[in-house]
Amino acid sequence: MQALWHQIFSGIATGGIYASVALALVMIYQATHHVNFAQGEMATFSTYIALALIEAGFPYWLAFLATIIVSFAIGVIIERVLMRPMAEAPVLASVGVFIGLLLIFNSVTGWIFSYSVKAFPSPFPETSQFLGGWASPHEVGATLVTLVVLVLVYGFFRFTKLGLAMRAAAYNPVSSRLVGIRVGWMLALGWGLAAAIGAIAGMMVAPIVFLDPSMMSGILLYAFAGALLGGIDNPLGAVIGGFAVGVIENLAGAYVVGPELKLTLALVIIIAVLIFKPAGIFGRVIVSRV
Amino acid sequence: MPTLLEVSGLIAGYGETRVLHGIDFAVEAGGVTALLGANGAGKTTTLRAISGLARRQGSILFAGEEISTLATEEIARRGIGHVPDGRGTFLELSVEENLRLGAITRSDREVGADIARMFGYFPRLRERIRQQAGTLSGGEQQMLAIARALLLRPKLLVLDEPSFGLAPLIVAELFDILARINREERMSILVVEQNASLALALADHAYLLETGAIIMSGLARELRENAAIRRSYLGY
Ligand SMILES: Nc1ncnc2c1ncn2[C@@H]1O[C@H](COP(=O)(O)OP(=O)(O)O)[C@@H](O)[C@H]1O
Ligand SMILES: [Mg+2]
Repeated sequence: MQALWHQIFSGIATGGIYASVALALVMIYQATHHVNFAQGEMATFSTYIALALIEAGFPYWLAFLATIIVSFAIGVIIERVLMRPMAEAPVLASVGVFIGLLLIFNSVTGWIFSYSVKAFPSPFPETSQFLGGWASPHEVGATLVTLVVLVLVYGFFRFTKLGLAMRAAAYNPVSSRLVGIRVGWMLALGWGLAAAIGAIAGMMVAPIVFLDPSMMSGILLYAFAGALLGGIDNPLGAVIGGFAVGVIENLAGAYVVGPELKLTLALVIIIAVLIFKPAGIFGRVIVSRV
Repeated sequence: MPTLLEVSGLIAGYGETRVLHGIDFAVEAGGVTALLGANGAGKTTTLRAISGLARRQGSILFAGEEISTLATEEIARRGIGHVPDGRGTFLELSVEENLRLGAITRSDREVGADIARMFGYFPRLRERIRQQAGTLSGGEQQMLAIARALLLRPKLLVLDEPSFGLAPLIVAELFDILARINREERMSILVVEQNASLALALADHAYLLETGAIIMSGLARELRENAAIRRSYLGY
């Protein structure tokens, strides 16, 4: 029984990581109707920045904060410089840009920081008497960090003027411009936020999986499965989907398919959702009368 | 009355297609100007050109400033509240959020009071404040769109066929409210309509657009008496 709980709890912990990345994917999807395949590689790059700062002597949480800010800026710059000229381009051209971005981030990361696998520190203690055996302090800490991020993001979109403007720009760019919203900047901000959320996910997962330039590629697949499961146009659904995929993955890895075949599970989920419930479990049905 | 909007030699279109072939017209401050014409005449294109949503050439002077080179959002910020063709409702958002979006560029503290004043004109919006805007009826969405545009505190309210798709009773109510808004808020209005009799009753000046050119203009009450207009557009 203890083993089962342990599996479920680590599932929630990694699910939180998937949920964050899924949220980042959904944010960009809502605004542009494209899935940013480079989201994972961008997060990995950010995690390397954090490691460089920590190795340069920054205290962990200062490095954490600085990484978030730098990642946000990188996201904004990518949208302004690379994506903006592509706004009117056909879908395949945009997909090409995303894949190019993925390859560029992967090589630049390897080139600057080397391809060797590195350990990444956790800000949380090694062991704790409180938790007994069924969860590690890092798992609990990472889950809490994820939840705080999700609550902050939710509050930002739900309760601030800027959050409202960003949602409006995603739903209806023309009407948004007619009320004076600078839609181009809202997109750039969305990219910045997505990059910042991805960076947090990277820093939280790196102590578990170790850091290498391809660290996030498997995670991106799970996150994508989670986003599809919950509904790619529904941020809350994607978050729930991300947690669900984490738990399913862990349980299946431990009791059903074994760790080697776990990644296939993400593909199975993706295909099953696309066939049986393309809008996802929480996919929005827009009520509309004319 | 001073001129608020002065359009001269306006050429506009989409891609290679040219829809407007150099039109001139003006809107006086505090007045209601109507732009009439049959379906496909280029009325929507004219409004889209003013707001920077269609490719355009020529001069558009608004409150003394040339706006024909500005981006849509900057034109809105200069004070043009545009209720687009199809109403432009944020369907997924609540009625309240739609209203707040109208005032999104404002930083003053009177937004709440302005929203309350909109409920004076459109009481039904108050009842539906928490509802998803997509669930509103066509008439309610038109009212929401007008309130949203007014919350920008524009100098000019631009309306694209506000009567479109609405039942006659609702249309009559809507045009009464527009007349009140013009009077009580001293709001200048540029209204595009296919329904000429309605628009000529509200407006003080009118222009008649046909295949991208203005073929007649004058005081609304004179155009109402004009035999050609009566025959082609008023149906009596
Ligand atoms: N987005 C567009 N692309 C190309 N042509 C368009 C577009 N919108 C309208 N048109 C054409 O421009 C002409 C005028 O349209 P419009 O301005 O919508 O007329 P109105 O509003 O007076 O009915 C029509 O012939 C229409 O087919
Ligand atoms: Mg039209």
